[in-house]
Amino acid sequence: MRVLTLRRGRRSGIYGRQATAGWVFVAPVVLILGLFLLLPIVMALYVSFTRWNGQGSPFTGDVPMAGVDNYTDLFSKPGLARQDFMLSIRNNVYYVLIVVPVQTVVALFLALVVNQRLLKGKTFFRTAFFFPSVVSSVAISVVFLFLFTNSGAVNALLAALGIHGPAWFSDPRGVVHIVLTNTGLVDPSAPPSALAGHELFGLSWWEWLSGPSVALCAIIALVVWTTCGTFMLLYLAALQNVPVELEEASLLDGAGPFQRLRYVTLPLLRPTTFLVLTLGLIGTWQVFDQVYVMSQGDPAKTTLTPAFLSYRTAFRGFEYGTGAAISFVLFLIIVVLTLIQRWVLRERDGGAR
Amino acid sequence: MAPSRRAAAAGLLASLLALTACGKGFDDNANQQTGNANLQILIGSSGDAETNAVKTAAAAWATATGNKATVIPAQDLSQQLGQAFAGGTPPDVFYVDASRLADYASLGALEAYTDRFTGGVDDFYPKLREAFTYKGKLYCVPKDFSTLALEINTDLWAKAKLTDADIPTTWDQLRSTAEKLKAAGVMPFTVTDTRDRLGAFMVAAGGWIVSKDGTQATADTPQNLQALQFVQGLLKSGLAVYPKQVDTGWGGEAFGKKKVAMAMEGNWIKGALQHDFPDVKYRVAPMPAGPAGPGTLSFTNCWGIAAKSQFKAQAIKFVEAMTAAEQQLAFAKAFGVMPSRASVKANYLQQFPDDKAFIDSADFAQGPVNAPKMDSVLKDFDSQLQGLANGNPKAILQRLQQNTEAALKG
Repeated sequence: MRVLTLRRGRRSGIYGRQATAGWVFVAPVVLILGLFLLLPIVMALYVSFTRWNGQGSPFTGDVPMAGVDNYTDLFSKPGLARQDFMLSIRNNVYYVLIVVPVQTVVALFLALVVNQRLLKGKTFFRTAFFFPSVVSSVAISVVFLFLFTNSGAVNALLAALGIHGPAWFSDPRGVVHIVLTNTGLVDPSAPPSALAGHELFGLSWWEWLSGPSVALCAIIALVVWTTCGTFMLLYLAALQNVPVELEEASLLDGAGPFQRLRYVTLPLLRPTTFLVLTLGLIGTWQVFDQVYVMSQGDPAKTTLTPAFLSYRTAFRGFEYGTGAAISFVLFLIIVVLTLIQRWVLRERDGGAR
Repeated sequence: MAPSRRAAAAGLLASLLALTACGKGFDDNANQQTGNANLQILIGSSGDAETNAVKTAAAAWATATGNKATVIPAQDLSQQLGQAFAGGTPPDVFYVDASRLADYASLGALEAYTDRFTGGVDDFYPKLREAFTYKGKLYCVPKDFSTLALEINTDLWAKAKLTDADIPTTWDQLRSTAEKLKAAGVMPFTVTDTRDRLGAFMVAAGGWIVSKDGTQATADTPQNLQALQFVQGLLKSGLAVYPKQVDTGWGGEAFGKKKVAMAMEGNWIKGALQHDFPDVKYRVAPMPAGPAGPGTLSFTNCWGIAAKSQFKAQAIKFVEAMTAAEQQLAFAKAFGVMPSRASVKANYLQQFPDDKAFIDSADFAQGPVNAPKMDSVLKDFDSQLQGLANGNPKAILQRLQQNTEAALKG
């Protein structure tokens, strides 16, 4: 709307001053964002093309340039850097694939439950479900560490059900590997050569398809638990905007509760679903605190994520160029996935969002 | 719309350029200042005892010399130093872990001050000086050190009807004693899944990850293989466990909770046991010798001085005071480290006779890998060691060899 006014203003000449005034008013924000957001990003982008070792300023002629090597090495140069990066991508893919759908479905379910008019103690449940979202992620991570020790509450619970719980933060095997081993389908010391013999970006298919390790599963459980409260709130707000008339109309048309959910509620929630999925996608690709607090990438790098790897490469390995390159690849991944997801969720009848 | 957007872009670009120009400011070579200094000292403290001891010593030095000295305990020394170097305003004096020395030295962040150090450099144990030498230059003087030895729970020992004669001095005895303990229903041994423990077996077998001068990768050797196979054998037959398998964070905790009869930890275990598990009765024996003789690891920090410090002369005086024989003994008493000066050994043993097994190995203990860019390689090795029980030792070493070669090359 504003853009429209401005354009018309220029043509007529009467509103010309408004544009200047507008810029004056937004100048402080533009300046602050430029200084503390845009400028550091541009500087980091520059660093990602150098071999800066963290000594002195990266913007002098003494810093060797790397061109695009920092980027291409991550994909094409055999070695530890590529392997760590690919492992971190693998872990994060599993993490995203599980966390995003689960947290969305759980959040929607919780929102539907606490939106019931007949439910008693609504406020209590809403607070209880939202509570984890407002607690410090570091504090929650530490609590989960206790829950998931070998003789912790989770394993005690599993033992009560007759299940021998895994060694959560020391078993480096992926769950797919564990299942295949325990069912006797595959001998872990001699994986099928069709998978182990072929590789993509330096990791064999057997490694790509390992599934998340149990440690990563514990982190997944933690994250789902903490974030679904936030997204429940978003869904709840959207649900309260669903007009009662529509529900009544569908009732009159003879729709059952499931049909009503499928054909009335869910389509109306589509913008919120888009938001929840986008926020979920961005948040999950950037997972850092939980990894930093709980596992530092262990066991055997199965909880290594690109965000943590980038930090470690820069501040421990003093390869700031590679670290910055990792973070920009991560940025690209997020942008591309968000665009794909936007395209998939577009309004099929041609209406603009 | 378009013109104003262009103007905004131009403005932004101008401010970008202006800022990068400012950025050059922090590259100016620091001028040395004489007179009274205000020293910033960043320490990676093991706890309150150490922080307070260093603070007291620094305050005493400051009053005696008229300087100012501010001691800052770091939350995460490695990270904070990395950030301080990148920011261009590092602390004047800081702890440098031997495993990070080559990294900092190769960056040019460290001042090699030992030629101006008047406290007698030759008095420090040669093996420790080796740990702080990079490309033939001794960069800093060791603060103190620790070594690994074998801790034995005497109650569990008696429960399995073992005597002093059963204290293992060789690998074979370690295995046979462990079998006896297991037969008596006691978990014999815990070893942490890192090169900082398992490396001791590699040294005892006559191997190590890199050559003595730190320029060649020597990971894939029969000696290292023998060491890993020995440990794998212990793990596979249930004679040893990793601490995590018995729900503990490190070997000392597993030992303190009486989950195992033997542990291999450094002299820091004394303080931990005294503090957290005062009822554990134990004794300390030297690490059992391997095929190539005795082998253990040493861990040490040095007093590093920043190449960018403005008060280098004063900082050296400060380090001289901190590493004086008397002061080393005071630190030893305060937080249980061993003095890095050979001349203090007799005096130290008089006060702490139980530490004989630890301090005696100062002459042959292997320091950490002393080469730059090895941090991620060694992390990768550690992650492989986590799966050693079911892994292939030969493949683990080949991978370490490859990665080490790549790191040392570039």
